[in-house]
Amino acid sequence: MAKMQWVTNGQATPLADIPELGPDEWRAAILSAKGEGRICSLSGYPLPNGKTQVITVLGFRKIRKLGLLKTQLAGKYPALTPDLPEAHIFERELWEQCKLTPVGHPWLKPVRYPGGGPEGEAAVTNFFSIAGQEIHEVAVGPVHAGVIEPGHFRFQCHGENVFHLEIHLGYQHRGVERALVNGPDKRTIHFMETLSGDTSIGHATAYALNMEALCGVAAPQRAHAIRAIALELERLANHTGDLGALAVDVGFLPTSAQCGKLRGDFLNMTGLLCGNRFGRRLVRPGGVAYDLDADMIADLRSRLETALQDLKFPVDLLWTTPSVLARFAEIGKVSRETAVAFGLVGMAARASGVDMDVRHDFPTGSAVLPKEKIAVCPSGDVFARARIRWLEIQAAAEIIERVLNKLPAGPITAEVGKEPKPSTCAVTLTEGWRGEICHVAVTNEQGRFAHYKVVDPSFHNWTGLAMALRDLPISDFPLNNKSFNLSYCGFDL
Amino acid sequence: MFKILQERLRQGCQTMAWPATGNPPSLPERFKGMPEIDPTLLRPGDGERCEKLCPTGAISVPNGKPVIDIGRCIFCGDCEKQCAAIKFTGNYQLAARDRKDLEIAGKVEKLAAALNEKMIGLFGRSLKLREVSAAGCNACEFDVNVLNTIGWDLSRFGIQIVASPRHADGLLITGPVSTNMHLALEKTYAAVASPKIVIAVGACAISGGPYIDHPEIVNGASAVVPVDLYIPGCPPHPLTILDGLLRFLGKIDHA
Repeated sequence: MAKMQWVTNGQATPLADIPELGPDEWRAAILSAKGEGRICSLSGYPLPNGKTQVITVLGFRKIRKLGLLKTQLAGKYPALTPDLPEAHIFERELWEQCKLTPVGHPWLKPVRYPGGGPEGEAAVTNFFSIAGQEIHEVAVGPVHAGVIEPGHFRFQCHGENVFHLEIHLGYQHRGVERALVNGPDKRTIHFMETLSGDTSIGHATAYALNMEALCGVAAPQRAHAIRAIALELERLANHTGDLGALAVDVGFLPTSAQCGKLRGDFLNMTGLLCGNRFGRRLVRPGGVAYDLDADMIADLRSRLETALQDLKFPVDLLWTTPSVLARFAEIGKVSRETAVAFGLVGMAARASGVDMDVRHDFPTGSAVLPKEKIAVCPSGDVFARARIRWLEIQAAAEIIERVLNKLPAGPITAEVGKEPKPSTCAVTLTEGWRGEICHVAVTNEQGRFAHYKVVDPSFHNWTGLAMALRDLPISDFPLNNKSFNLSYCGFDL
Repeated sequence: MFKILQERLRQGCQTMAWPATGNPPSLPERFKGMPEIDPTLLRPGDGERCEKLCPTGAISVPNGKPVIDIGRCIFCGDCEKQCAAIKFTGNYQLAARDRKDLEIAGKVEKLAAALNEKMIGLFGRSLKLREVSAAGCNACEFDVNVLNTIGWDLSRFGIQIVASPRHADGLLITGPVSTNMHLALEKTYAAVASPKIVIAVGACAISGGPYIDHPEIVNGASAVVPVDLYIPGCPPHPLTILDGLLRFLGKIDHA
């Protein structure tokens, strides 16, 4: 492939080793990779010469490598999106963060509204609308009816039928990426753990691996193992909660009641590890902060066994109860073509038949990390997105058991004695419970962050929800939303 | 259907007996609850060292002795590692009515007191809350939701989360309150009929948490609305939230 710097997941590269392409070469390289390499990250930061340094990370699943590209852009440039729809949200972000204008972008709107709008709220922009006397718009949010993060959904409807859903976020914007510049400092790890608070392990692990790459330190094998266990516990808690939430939305209490309780049980297992149900304080650059002793391992195993046993019956009900299946099946279909075109990741992609998983595609080089077969469900509907969660729950339990059986001895942390290398780029992908997390760290000549880009799986996947709602009755929206269960704050940062 | 009933019988009642009888659910050994400062273990410079390393500026040293503001504290324990005098205990009772009562100089003195008699008369048996997540990271939201699951069953105390501020007696706020949610929070508060109460859950809602002084947020709920109850934590354990709510309604008293 043209002029890319090839790296493996979790590797640091001197910036000078990444070829500096002209804008046309850069565009050609990305477009020619279509079908083989998808965009994991495409972001920019200001250079002293007034231009924007744009760093692109392409993920090539088949060869398990990441391709890094570098270019400098200023002002207007021809948009990638018309030829490569998966670039759409990245180009909107470039427009908002770096003041670059992708000419020909079909839907150039702000992403997070960092300055706020009039009256300090996320500016209500002109929504894509449909003309016609019988068309009506339904607006939902930012404050939603449940205990959930804020976001705005604008439906163009004809009667009950949704022609188009536009999702408008930015309400959760806290300025994470702005605050990361010139770090790391004493707050950095806490940003990583709270930028998407139900994915603390996923994001903290990506950050820790980046720091280890930048500082030339290897975390001990035992630390990788404990991180892997914590990541799967995080997955278990969220997937269990989601299956319960899906059951709530179809009014099916036998499953929702039990899953709600069992989610708490999985959270308590993470709490056992580090005292915090969301895994805060556990993952740190260099390793992990808490170890597992024999008693704790026995306790964890016993709790897991009980929880999984208790989970079986309520979840099986979902697949065997006709009234539930009638609500799940054929609803909210996202075709494989759409999933690939928009670069969806994680569960949503696998539920549309795309076999991608960072644990399998981009293993980070630790011998303990599981390189799994990927569970896929081809139908792309709510049923598939529910079913995938059950398959992943079972896989997560197997992974934890396997890691516990072969827990490496030794220390849980390595001393991160050195400072991050200057003028270096580190990229790490992890498979958070929603999907692919990508962290891109670029250091300046002093070894501080010139740029730190966080791509939560939700950054790719909100578009999937919008597509799923087309031609659906609006009353199926909550169910579909739950079937994706995306992070608002992970998108907004 | 029969199998469902059979399983239901096997499960039995899964709601905890506490606080009516028995003990609260046990917390893990590594749980970090209320910090305590033992002045006899302070070494020179400890306070200033901890003040510098605290990520949220929760530690101050007025008069040479460290004070931890648990409204800013995210319970990371970095100070505990550096200073023998600071210890995070297993005490989950963190809630307070007054912002000042969140400042811990030694052992904790004042837990959350109940509402006044008139308010207890109005809300003691039925408190409907509208939740507003104003840039919360979803952890506080998760642990509020968990209170509605069968183990905790918040509604047995007459406390319910409702779908609209029009149905609510007050707000339960999570998140540091982004400028982008400022107006929505104002409008939601205005839509609740008086008398109304506001509960701030989590370090972010009390002070901004890890995001303190970011220009994108306004450092917590009190910048927008008056707050009646503060529940610290990052996130507060469901037990801490429940203890705070029950104390607020006079359903359990101190200790």
